[in-house]
Amino acid sequence: MKCSEQTRSRASNILGIAFLLGGFLIAATVCAADSAGPSQIPNIFKPDSTPADSIFRLSKLVLVITSIIFVVVFSLIAYATAKFRKSDADDGSEPPQVYGSNQVELAWTVIPGLIVLVLFLATARVILSVQDAPKPPGAIEVIAVGHQYWWEYRYPELGVVTANELHVPVSDPQHPTPTFITLLSADTDHSFWVPRLAGKTDLIPNHPNHTWIDPHEAGLFLGQCAQYCGVQHAKMLLRVYVDSAADFDAWVQGQKRVAATNDAAAEGRHIFESTACINCHAVSGTVADGHFGPDLTHLMSRDTIAAGAALNTRENLRAWIQSPDSIKPGSLMPAMKLNDHDLDALTAYLETLR
Amino acid sequence: MASEIIAINEFAGGGQSVGEWLHGWVTTVDHKRLGILYILFSVFFLVIGGIEATIMRIQLMVPHNHFVSPEVFNRMFTMHGTTMIFFVAMPVLFGFGTYLIPLMIGARDMAFPRLNALSFWLTAFGGLLLYFSFIGGNGLYGAGNAPDVGWFAYAPLTSRAFSVGHSTDFWTLALLISGIGSIGTAVNFITTIITMRCPGMTLGKMPLLAWMNLVTAGMVILAVSPLTAAQIMLCFDRYLGAHFFDTQAGGSAVLWMHFFWIFGHPEVYILILPSFAFASEIIPVFSRKPIFGYPIMVAATVMIGFISMSVWAHHMFAIGMSSYGNTFFTITSMLISIPTGIKIFNWIGTMWGGKIRFKAPMLFCVAFLFQFLIAGLTGIMLAASPFNWQLTGSYFVVAHFHYVIVGAILFTLFGAFYYWYPKMTGRMYNETLARWHFWLFVIGFHLTFDFMHIPGLLGMPRRIYTYEPGRGWEFWNLLVTIGTFVQGIAVLIFVGNLLWSMFRGPVAGNDPWDAWTLEWSTTSPPPDYNFATIPVVESRRPLWDLKHPEDPDWKYE
Repeated sequence: MKCSEQTRSRASNILGIAFLLGGFLIAATVCAADSAGPSQIPNIFKPDSTPADSIFRLSKLVLVITSIIFVVVFSLIAYATAKFRKSDADDGSEPPQVYGSNQVELAWTVIPGLIVLVLFLATARVILSVQDAPKPPGAIEVIAVGHQYWWEYRYPELGVVTANELHVPVSDPQHPTPTFITLLSADTDHSFWVPRLAGKTDLIPNHPNHTWIDPHEAGLFLGQCAQYCGVQHAKMLLRVYVDSAADFDAWVQGQKRVAATNDAAAEGRHIFESTACINCHAVSGTVADGHFGPDLTHLMSRDTIAAGAALNTRENLRAWIQSPDSIKPGSLMPAMKLNDHDLDALTAYLETLR
Repeated sequence: MASEIIAINEFAGGGQSVGEWLHGWVTTVDHKRLGILYILFSVFFLVIGGIEATIMRIQLMVPHNHFVSPEVFNRMFTMHGTTMIFFVAMPVLFGFGTYLIPLMIGARDMAFPRLNALSFWLTAFGGLLLYFSFIGGNGLYGAGNAPDVGWFAYAPLTSRAFSVGHSTDFWTLALLISGIGSIGTAVNFITTIITMRCPGMTLGKMPLLAWMNLVTAGMVILAVSPLTAAQIMLCFDRYLGAHFFDTQAGGSAVLWMHFFWIFGHPEVYILILPSFAFASEIIPVFSRKPIFGYPIMVAATVMIGFISMSVWAHHMFAIGMSSYGNTFFTITSMLISIPTGIKIFNWIGTMWGGKIRFKAPMLFCVAFLFQFLIAGLTGIMLAASPFNWQLTGSYFVVAHFHYVIVGAILFTLFGAFYYWYPKMTGRMYNETLARWHFWLFVIGFHLTFDFMHIPGLLGMPRRIYTYEPGRGWEFWNLLVTIGTFVQGIAVLIFVGNLLWSMFRGPVAGNDPWDAWTLEWSTTSPPPDYNFATIPVVESRRPLWDLKHPEDPDWKYE
């Protein structure tokens, strides 16, 4: 009997400590993530765009209400288990047999009902404000197409096509320039999720979707595909570059130029145009007009290759062309199996595509 | 002494040849033997599904790990999810239902004993078929072996363009076959409970376990049927030129999502209601009080059954439904928290004023109350659809549903194992080992699933075989993996305890817990015919009436 007594009090102590510790650690993480670098941690509680911010404000309300419920019910369970344990001096008789109480039942039906009503009304407001937001005249339009395992971005009004690294302007609350994104898929389901900018929206074939963001400050925002899409779902990373208005204009001008030509890289260009590269990749102003893979016209303007899986360096480019599986096993790009000379020439050509 | 001899006969086949013993088990139509077969089958697959989980957790322990390839990792999470839902959780709960329902309602067997056997063997062969994919799934150009499309197998990843070979077919057929078994069991439960209750046992005097299994069985028929239909449609797509889900020919990926989740969400309640049923039997006995608010508990169960049929698209808040659709599924999902909350309060009301005995079954039920509270509260967060846009598909949602399935369902199941073990085997388990199991499992569970919420809040999606360093995810993933091993050790102690006690445990007697429902009035284990004379009951607690003739329940109900 002594033994079970100790176990019982240990039970509530350890459980209590575990739960409090859990809550403390969650709070600590969120704060710690706040003081860390500007955008390396895609923390949903550090929003930088109106949709993410509306969600954040709703989530604070939900967290406060659920925390209060937690404290009340947790205390009730802990009190009941501690107070009504069978005592050492128990005479073995049965406790009073109570079958129920309609008043109490009514109370714990009506009170949760009222809480649900409040939560629902607060939630419905946010659903409508985020989902049915009107598109202002200055908005940038982007079509994002999900592919196994990379992102294609088209700016129909600006005449720009790029891949994997989305550039959008900062949206000044006085003169909002939000970005409205149409989400399409070329193959399987994907999901567009940059936690600090907006909640996720899926890209589903035959089912066009929409989302929007209006980042309040410049910087790099990370995310990744959030709907399982096949072997390399894990390395379908998202990078959103939020530029100042001037930087964004400069980027657009750069992207609209036709591909650079450089005589020194003519040999590499010949290899590119005479191998299977052009079946899948496009380079404007050349015969390369494939659409299965990323547009390479301004490849060197991007920081990463392979949908963010590797930095865009000469070594990585070379390794990627030779054997994509060495960087991203299961990627749909075939190994090109070139000899060292051709590989160097081709890499040199790609490095001219600025 | 008599019960000891029966125990030996039941399990060791004393006096029979091995062939006779095996023949007896394979051809049995006895609900008790089939119940035990279901349970053993599930424990076997629990260990396999646990190994798959451990492989995933080792891979995710550190970023850019190379423990397994992405292909193997994707098979592991597909097989882990499919196994745990279809070949562990459902059969183990059916097993307890099959074993207990006739005993608790004073019947000698199920209404359809042969259907009962057919249902079990369909489920069993469904499971074997799924695992045969590891050796038989090689298809075109050796592509794939086990299924790797995720346990909800979203279209069009399952179409032949993206899933070459036969792995998806094994998945489809395994679920189709075991689904038919589940529907058979549900029909059997409903018929048994409606028609075979002993004299005096009106619906209002039926044990809550039977009530909750009755509602569950109704939900199985409504929910598993669409899944079965969808599997047939998928087979048509893959082999007969149909285009239901074939987006490249105008089919709809969203249609599959609706089919899957109209099964998938009621499924959660199909699993949790039997777990509520265990808690509703164990908590009163160990608090020495009747269940608080029996009619309200029944009403709340029926409410959950109805509302759970209208919440499925809360799994689809991110697929681009209209704002009205999202609003509708927000309110239905939040409403279901009301009857669920009522149940928690009634269990607390049952303990209130009692004399609680903290034996292993009760320890697991108390931990269940704490953990189910948290699972419910994270559920409210997920029901708020804008918050869901951030949380869905992340590790937060993985932590949430493991809190439900492990923290609530598995904990009450462990409680049920210890509570009915003496009835099923005639022997008492070892309480010290059970406490070791409990404490290690509590620690391991909280290490794993408390901390699993955090990377989700920091943007870590589920189903990734590796992750980038520097996003604040490393530390939490390491803790989660450590917790997995602690849970693994606890489960080994559990299995060891059950095996050891079968041969060495003290003889339990008919009624070791001083309990009140009919299964405790017969021998442990019960004879083939359960009851020599069919009992007659006058209240919800017939054994209380027998033990307290001066103060029987029927005076108050």
